[in-house]
Parts: sequence; C-alpha cells; structure tokens
Amino acid sequence: MALDPCYLEYPKRRHGMDHDFYPWSNLFERKPIAWPDGKSVAVWILVNLEWFPIVPEDKPFRAPGHMVTPYPDYRHYTARDYGTRIGFYRLLDAFAKVGAKVSVAANAAIAERYPSVIADIVAAGHEIVAHSTDMNGTIATGIGEEAERALILRSLDTLERVAGTRPRGWHSIARSQSFDTPRLLVEAGVDYMCDWVNDELPYRFTTSAGSLINLPLNHELSDRQILVNQQHSVDSYVEQMTDAYTLLEAESTRFGGRMLPLNVTPYIMGLPYRIDAFERLLADLAARPGTWFARGDSIVDAAGV
Amino acid sequence: MREGEGDPGLYDFRPYRDRAKIAWPEGKTVAVWVSPNIEFYELDPPANPQRKSWTKPHPDVVGYAHRDYGNRVGHQRLVDVMETHGFKGSVSLSIAMCQHHPEIVEQVNALGWEFFSHGAYNTRYSYGMDEAQERALIEDSIRTVREATGQSIKGWLAPALTHTPRTLDLIAEYGLTYTCDLYHDDQPGPVHVQSGRLISMPYSLEVNDHYGFSVYNMSPREYAETLIRQYERLAAEGETSGTVMCIPLHAYLVGQPHRIGPFAEVLRHIAADGRAWITRSGDIADHFLAHDYDAATADAARYATEAR
Repeated sequence: MALDPCYLEYPKRRHGMDHDFYPWSNLFERKPIAWPDGKSVAVWILVNLEWFPIVPEDKPFRAPGHMVTPYPDYRHYTARDYGTRIGFYRLLDAFAKVGAKVSVAANAAIAERYPSVIADIVAAGHEIVAHSTDMNGTIATGIGEEAERALILRSLDTLERVAGTRPRGWHSIARSQSFDTPRLLVEAGVDYMCDWVNDELPYRFTTSAGSLINLPLNHELSDRQILVNQQHSVDSYVEQMTDAYTLLEAESTRFGGRMLPLNVTPYIMGLPYRIDAFERLLADLAARPGTWFARGDSIVDAAGV
Repeated sequence: MREGEGDPGLYDFRPYRDRAKIAWPEGKTVAVWVSPNIEFYELDPPANPQRKSWTKPHPDVVGYAHRDYGNRVGHQRLVDVMETHGFKGSVSLSIAMCQHHPEIVEQVNALGWEFFSHGAYNTRYSYGMDEAQERALIEDSIRTVREATGQSIKGWLAPALTHTPRTLDLIAEYGLTYTCDLYHDDQPGPVHVQSGRLISMPYSLEVNDHYGFSVYNMSPREYAETLIRQYERLAAEGETSGTVMCIPLHAYLVGQPHRIGPFAEVLRHIAADGRAWITRSGDIADHFLAHDYDAATADAARYATEAR
C-alpha cells in the first residue's frame, strides 16, 4: 500500500521558511550590532527559578527536573527546593562578586510562596522573566487557547504584583510552546520570549496580533544539557563556555556584537562542588575587556531589532 | 535486496585481510571526505505511519529551532573552517533546501562542493512509499539538484536513513553510483543491484557528530580527539589496504560556538599530516569504479562458497 499522496506534496516548499513566524536570515549577513561601550560579547545569564509541586502533572508533559519516584518523591522535591533555598543564594553572591546583572526566569509560585526571594532579586538589580506558574504549568499544542491564556496571565500578574513591575520577558518550561503561544504573549504585552533556539542574537517574531522579540537561549550551552544530560564535569563545562566565548569574541571583530547565553539552574550549578568552578568562569569572563554582563531586557533594547 | 530473507543479500562476504590494495592518488593512504548534512526539517510535516517526525506535538520548538540554527548560524562557521583547511564538502542535501535556502546551496556549489540526495526533507521518510512514489522522489532529487547547481547527483543517503527494499535498485537504475547507507566496511565495495553498478561509500554513524554529541554525549574536545584517533588508525592501516574516512556533520551540532574551535583542530591535523587524500565522495566513487571495483569482485569470488 502506498503512502497517502499528500506525503509527496510540499505546499510550503518555497523560498524562506515553511511558516510565517520569522523570515530566513543568515546571522553573518546582518547589519552588525554595536553593544554599549564598544563591548564585543554580551554575556546573558538566565537562571531558572522553579517550584516543583510534589504532585506532578503529565498534561501536556512532565517538566524536566520534575518528580521521578512513586509518590511521595521526597528525594526530588527536596533536592529542587535546595536550589531555591541554598543554590540560588550562592548564585546571587557569585553575580554580586563580578557585578553581573542577570535575568531570573521565575515561576509565579516562587513569588506567591517566597516573596522575599523576589525582593532579593529586585534589590540586586536583576530582571525577572515570567516562567509559567509552577513546574506543572507546561505548554504544548492541545492544552487549549483559553487555558494557555489564563496560564500566561496568571504568571505575569502574580510576578508583577510581588515584584512591583510587570515582566517584559517570557520563558516557557522546556522552551515548549503551542502554535498559539507567541500570539498570546503579544496579546499579554510581553516584549520578548526566550524559547526559540535557532539563532544567537535577538530577532523579530511575527504573529497575527503583532510582533515580539525572540532572544535565543541556547539549550546546548545550558547547565542542564552539559552537566545533567551529557554528564560532563563542571570543569569541562567551564572549558566549553570559555571556548564559546573565544569563538564569539573573534567573530565580533568582523560581524558585530555577539551574545553568550549562560542558562543555569540553582539545583544544578548551585551545588558546593560546582559553584567554585562557576565563580572562576564568571571571574575569568569579567576580566575580559569585551564582556558585557547584561540582562535580557538590556540586550533586547540595545540590539534595536 | 532479497526481500523477506534473513540476509538481505546486499553484498558479498570479503574479509579485510585478503583484499587487493586500493591505491589512492599520489600514494595517499586514506581518502578523507567531509559530509555536511545540509537539511531542512519542517515545522508541521504530515505524519508517516511508521515514524513520527517529532517527539512532541507540533510545534516541537527546540527540535525545529535547533535544526534551523544549523542553517542560520552553524553553517557559515563550518564553511569557514573547511575553507581554511582546504576541505571541499560532499553535501548530504535535503533537496528542498534548493527552494528554501538557495543562498546556501549556491554558496557551497561555488566553492566546489558536491551534492548527493538526502531526500526532500529530513521530516519526510521513505517508509511505506510504493515504487512510483520512490521514483518520484529520486527524479525530484536529480532534477532539483541539477537545476539548482548544474550537478548530476551520484550518491544517496536515505532521508533520515529511511529505506524501502527497492531503494538501492532504483537509485542504481537512475545512474547513481554510490550509497552512503551501508556501514559494513572501511573501504568502498560492490553492492548487488538489479541494474547498473552501485558501490557502498563508507559514511559513518560512529564518528558522526550526531552520535558523538547526542548519543555518546562527548564534549567538544572528546569528539575532536575521537576523530583524530579514527584518522590516525585508518591512515596507518591504509598503507596496506587503502581506507576511507568520512566525517559526517550537522551544522546545528558542530557549528555551535563551543564546538567549532576544537573541530577546526581536527581538520588542521588531517590537512597537515600528508597521508590523506582530501576529496569528495563522488571522486572516491569514480576512482574506485575505475580502478578497484573489478578487483574487489574478484576478491569476493574467492569466498563464493561462504554466505553471500
């Protein structure tokens, strides 16, 4: 039996992309971006600050890092909580040492449960990016437009109420979106999202309700990918980030400002045996004259796309 | 192939220690070819009954965007290091790239890279195609690449490595001379087909960057070291046998900023070594067909009583 004839039909086989979210664009053929003060590499640190209910949801999917054992999974519930209580404060201290302002992608549940953590973030000059409600708040096609809209608004409203300002950025759990997500984010007033990993600089994303920026948060460079999924040592992680920086800095001399995203997780990077190496990486980057430690909103504004 | 049998009958048994030597040009011991997979993955492809395109409901944002990164970002980095060290690519091409991103196809065509077909999209699989459908895909491949580049494709790597029992017979009938889908050897060899002459071209899963980074979870430097060891061994053995080393790549993997630097070291090492015939898959196939095909067949004939 043959395949359905439509399987050999290609209605979107045309110049450019097979969708209308953004146009095809080669990173190396764009107008160069000039970062403030002539800096060459924007180092964008984004910390995921998450609360995992001990009763996990599998609809539409179970979030990475969520509960594993049969109920009650004390092991993972508490190990994730360790990140918020201990690891995150190690990270805050590490950022303070080098004067880095960072983005914190926080679940609304963090604001509801631990407003003091939000106050500490704001007081340190960091940015809060909306990161869903809690780690049961995953998004994928099939959850329904109304449910997704409510989830997005609840996250933004809660974080705004506790932090005092409305988040400009959005980061979905596991970077997972539905076809509706970008439009719903525009309708909710979000300026930028951090989910599409197809680029290394911010670019404009179009929906029927208007446009927003996608600020690519490279998952390949994340602590989850390198330390947890690929199981490399933290020393290897530091070497890989250093190699990446070296490459990006070299490109910046020909092609304009580049960006190195460091996506870190308190319960992964904030452990005693890893944090020293991460602090050494930050100190090394801070010592390089081309480094601009910057929040996501600052990068979006400076890029002017 | 012998459909339904335990041994598909793709090729004859021919052990490594009892073969005519392949003499590559200029006394080189190992033919090295670099194969960038230049692919297009669709955001919302139709479903194949035997394999899902994406593991998540569409849109699989990370899966799709990661592949798109290869074309937007990683590709140019790979081109730069290959040009720096004198490597011309042999492109495993999603032929729809000729429509979606002709700029990339034209760029590397002008650099002297070769193209072979890797299907229409890496999200359209051959499983379940009838003969007419498979012929349509092969004809589309030949026509599309010819119109875009002026090249006549000589080789095939099945889209996402999805085959039918007819694929090898059909590509040989259309005049293609090599398949990259068989992994039984470090040298080219004859493949049994109903018409024409087809050889297997050593590609590689084991040192493919997809395996290196996504299956074996290597660090960038471990992957580079792996390629150098693969090269050193094959270059040494090639003094008596004549070997092939393929470096199959994906710009969305090797073109990442933490990986391309260590990878460049590999190309520098091979180019500086002197034992490598740095070439393209089609040139290897042409050389083997002209000089070595008959000897390989004669080698196999000595084992005619063994499994074929």
